[in-house]
Amino acid sequence: MMQTRRKKLSEWVQQLYFIGPSLFFFSLIVLIPFVMGMYYAFTNWNGVSNEVTWVGLDNFVTIFTGDENFANSFGFTVRFTITAVVLTNAVGFGLALLLTRSIRTKNALRTIFFLPNVIGGLLLGFIWQFIFIKGFSAVGDATGIGFFNLPWLGDAQTGFWGIVIVSVWQGAGYLMVIYIAGLINIPSELMEAADIDGANFVQKLKNIIIPLIMPAVTVCLFLTISNSFKVFDVVYSLTRGGPYKSTEPVTMDIYFEAFTNNRMGLGAAKALIFFLIVAAITLIQVVITKRKEVQS
Amino acid sequence: MGAARGYTLRTLMIEIFAILLALLFLVPFYFVLVNSVKSFADLLLNSAGLPKEFVWTNYSRVWEIINYPKAFLNSLIVTVIANLGIAVFSSMAAYRLVRHPSKFNNLLFGVFVAAMVIPFQSIMIPLVKVANIAGLLNSLPGLIICYFGFGISLATFLFHGFVKAIPLEIEEAAIVDGTSPYGVFWRIVFPLLKPMTVTIILLNSLWIWNDFLLPSLVIPDPSLRTIPLATSSFFAQYTKQWDLALAGLVLGVTPIVIFFLFMQRHIIEGITAGSVKG
Repeated sequence: MMQTRRKKLSEWVQQLYFIGPSLFFFSLIVLIPFVMGMYYAFTNWNGVSNEVTWVGLDNFVTIFTGDENFANSFGFTVRFTITAVVLTNAVGFGLALLLTRSIRTKNALRTIFFLPNVIGGLLLGFIWQFIFIKGFSAVGDATGIGFFNLPWLGDAQTGFWGIVIVSVWQGAGYLMVIYIAGLINIPSELMEAADIDGANFVQKLKNIIIPLIMPAVTVCLFLTISNSFKVFDVVYSLTRGGPYKSTEPVTMDIYFEAFTNNRMGLGAAKALIFFLIVAAITLIQVVITKRKEVQS
Repeated sequence: MGAARGYTLRTLMIEIFAILLALLFLVPFYFVLVNSVKSFADLLLNSAGLPKEFVWTNYSRVWEIINYPKAFLNSLIVTVIANLGIAVFSSMAAYRLVRHPSKFNNLLFGVFVAAMVIPFQSIMIPLVKVANIAGLLNSLPGLIICYFGFGISLATFLFHGFVKAIPLEIEEAAIVDGTSPYGVFWRIVFPLLKPMTVTIILLNSLWIWNDFLLPSLVIPDPSLRTIPLATSSFFAQYTKQWDLALAGLVLGVTPIVIFFLFMQRHIIEGITAGSVKG
């Protein structure tokens, strides 16, 4: 009796000791704010006063009917995500193909292509602000190529493509690493057999390489989709959503709504919708990955 | 594999193409470096060329304006302590979750996994209020605690997979020898987790060192600024003063680039391992 009780107590102490710290910090920083956010989404809290009034679905009605900012920022986010996902994966995959050839400088080149990835989006945005404004015009003056003399970051078009260029430059090296890992795992006998059969590069790409690296493709696609959907830092330092909110992603709309306009309730409602979309994307990813595993 | 096939002309062409591409990737760094040591007039007239004369005072002025040593120290303290906490707390939790899969613990693991989906922007609004009530605003320990909270779910998930692969016999042998449950974890299991611990610390270091939005919401006090915060507020004040701004950017980027160059093998291995497992 004594012994079982002591054993039980010891189990409790162990549970508390091993799980306690994680559970405490996680609850305080993630779980409680998450639940509070769901509540605030249905209130008109302004962040300053203690008065929080329940307004039911008013915020959501506002978002879907009377609020152009959300629709616009959502449109921008979707356009940006599609463009960035396609280009980053194409460049990352291309780099991986190059670096799996038997070239001598491959280790140094891998370091260089990966380098932009270790610098945070905020500082990258500032670096490129200079490149777009001063660097491009210097190149344009020297060469006369019209592309460099566009009003970079000055209008909606160049702002959009500016953000895409920086994102591709930042993300391609990371995807390259994942694609290289996939390419290295392709059995060399398969490629040699294809060579003997006289297959050209496009045939090998279509019939051997791409089918065999589909797991890497899935990982890379969803990585870029969720990262592009959550883009913030690069845009903040590059265009700050301008000119005239034309390059404002959803994350920034939430940020401005809450911390500039002091409409915390409305911001929380947008944040909740944003969460649901990101969660849905991730859920689709898990389902697809699992189905692939069953097939193979 | 490549050596057997020999170094053909085709390979040489590919090599040259790849090197040119790498140079194109480096062009932005060239522009920033070369212009950071120009006088303002030189920079405006001649952005692409080498400097007429080297103006190192750009650097010394920025160094003082943003109080670089202070910002560097703040970033370092936050990154190191947050990393230690995340690694220690998560490995402890993962160990218990694997070895004692009670209903509660399984549920908790599910919650950790689900929480990895939550984007920061969808909880930042109430987080600021919670941080305010809990007294976490405007203090480095407060910021560090925020990183504990955000880092623990992913790290626990990664450790969880790793602990499962450790054979139970090793622990049972130690228990027979009279080691306490705490001793088993610290002296036997924790050292075995080292490869995963290294990966987690490296990836979290890049995240925490570069993070901007969270510290910008939690730390309004200028004396507590981390490097991204200091660079950002400096950039806002000295916009269009490119000579100083670029020197500030170089100072901001240098530590993490050096860190990467020393750790790149481990960082790239960590990404590869993580992606293959999915």
